[in-house]
Amino acid sequence: MSWIDKVKSKASQIISRPEEAWVECKKCKETIYSAELEENFNVCPKCDYHFRLSARARIQSLLEPNSFTEHDQTLVSTDSLKFKDKKRYKDRIRASIKSGFSHDAIITGSGKLGEHDVELCAFEFKFMGGSMGSVVGEKITRAIERAIENKSAVIIVNCSGGARMQEGILSLMQMAKTASALQKLGEHKLPYISILTDPTTGGVSASFAMLGDFILAEPGATIGFAGARVIEQTIKQKLPEGFQTAEFLWDHGLIDSVVHRKELKGKLEQILSLLAGKN
Amino acid sequence: MVQILEFEREIFAVENQIRELVSLSHMYDSVGDITHEIGKLKKKLRRMKLDIFSNLNGWQKTQVARHPERPHTMDYVDGIFTDFCEQHGDRHGGFGPSIVGGIARLAGQTVMVMGHQKGRTTEEKLRRNFGMAQPEDYRKAQRLMNFAEKFRFPIVTLIDTPGAYPGIDAEEKGQSEAIAKNLMVMSQLKVPIIVVVIGEGGSGGALAIGVGDRVMMLEHSVYSVISPEGCASILWAKKDKVVQAADALCLTAKNLKELNVIDQIVHEPLGGAHRNHKRAIILLRKALKGQLNELLTIPVDKLLEQRAEKFRNMGIFGDITQESQV
Repeated sequence: MSWIDKVKSKASQIISRPEEAWVECKKCKETIYSAELEENFNVCPKCDYHFRLSARARIQSLLEPNSFTEHDQTLVSTDSLKFKDKKRYKDRIRASIKSGFSHDAIITGSGKLGEHDVELCAFEFKFMGGSMGSVVGEKITRAIERAIENKSAVIIVNCSGGARMQEGILSLMQMAKTASALQKLGEHKLPYISILTDPTTGGVSASFAMLGDFILAEPGATIGFAGARVIEQTIKQKLPEGFQTAEFLWDHGLIDSVVHRKELKGKLEQILSLLAGKN
Repeated sequence: MVQILEFEREIFAVENQIRELVSLSHMYDSVGDITHEIGKLKKKLRRMKLDIFSNLNGWQKTQVARHPERPHTMDYVDGIFTDFCEQHGDRHGGFGPSIVGGIARLAGQTVMVMGHQKGRTTEEKLRRNFGMAQPEDYRKAQRLMNFAEKFRFPIVTLIDTPGAYPGIDAEEKGQSEAIAKNLMVMSQLKVPIIVVVIGEGGSGGALAIGVGDRVMMLEHSVYSVISPEGCASILWAKKDKVVQAADALCLTAKNLKELNVIDQIVHEPLGGAHRNHKRAIILLRKALKGQLNELLTIPVDKLLEQRAEKFRNMGIFGDITQESQV
């Protein structure tokens, strides 16, 4: 079957919901067939804009088929601060769980990447902006501990606005908790590869995201500590073009490589294989 | 000029009354003996201070924590430690003016002491960048910590910052990496670390020197993932919701003790540290000595194990499989 046939067959599957058959690219504004977009790793075929990927799709795109075993999927937030802004935190959590993505903003588990055993953690942005609270911190920590036990590598695919305000100081402490776990991983000489996707900011970027032995980023991803708006308000001047993009970080020596999503799996295999030492 | 917070007005009114009565009694013999009156007012004042300062809400605490006359890091360094020998620079091209540090003595023991310095005068505030640290500050802090580890000196860090500096330069130099690296290094540094939040504990910028064996907070200090203003503008889309935001964030010393994030609350003089530096210094010195003496008895491997365990257990969550079994 040629690619156009594939597209057609996929398109016919969703013809009953025509509004979902087409997507407008956020960058070049071209209209793209969603099936074609999906085929192309959710990257715009016209301008290479990297659309956000769900945690499940990310895991699928990186690991060998049927090799993934999810862990700790039953951990849930308990709203220990009884936080309420315009909405109750409890209700926000409930609504996010109901929408069916996951029980919190990250999916973690063990699997194979090529021939390498890895602990993979993938953020789910649709769950409260991928924000990190106690559950995210705990799941990442457990993934690192499993890696130490099984002598495998850790890969975290970051996609998060930062710490989750609704869990207050407990969210902040997840930064220390995960960094401490990574320190242990390092003492066992086990590799950790951090992948930065759009966005990786705040408390997530200021902890495990920037602590990778290798740090890779997707093209165009927004990566930074402080929000652009906050910086603009503080310094009262316009920010330079391309500020806080993956390419900007690369330029300033803060990450190893900017890698196109199509080449990410191959790059990871290469790195893991090199880190293993002998061929 | 003395800066008076809204909820301190009543206190100042009574204090003025007492002052006036005292000067009256000195000036005119005809006033008769009013020591009894003055005594009554003093009692009233004490009750009032107790009542107000034991019931401050999150936003009021934030105001006290930020009070310009509150003792800063250098006030405590000068008052508590002797022979402070300041060390400068990150050795990578950065000076790092927002975090001061160096070796000094605490109760005869050489220690490394460091902390955010907000600055008191306008000139100093600008020079210190209002205590908002940049990558070079964090890297300087890290250098001093490694130095302390090399010579086996315990470390005392004092936290007092609105947050890490949000600027172009800071991002270019890797603000995130600088903070993250400190968290990692501090988690297994082979010397005792005592952390004290003395004023404002502003998010990642505070935590970057805040991983330790003992974490203490002064009674009226605050420690939060985001400022009440930031939280209000993001979650309520209204800046005037700071009072609600501050309470929702649970950022007081009492809150954090209940959440097991800190180990000890250090009492402040009645009416707050900003009204009595001398007493605040005495109280913190006592608390630091107590913690230091305890930590010095713990073997290093045990200390590191306990520190790892302490941060491993941070956070509160549930497990639905367990809940359904119950």
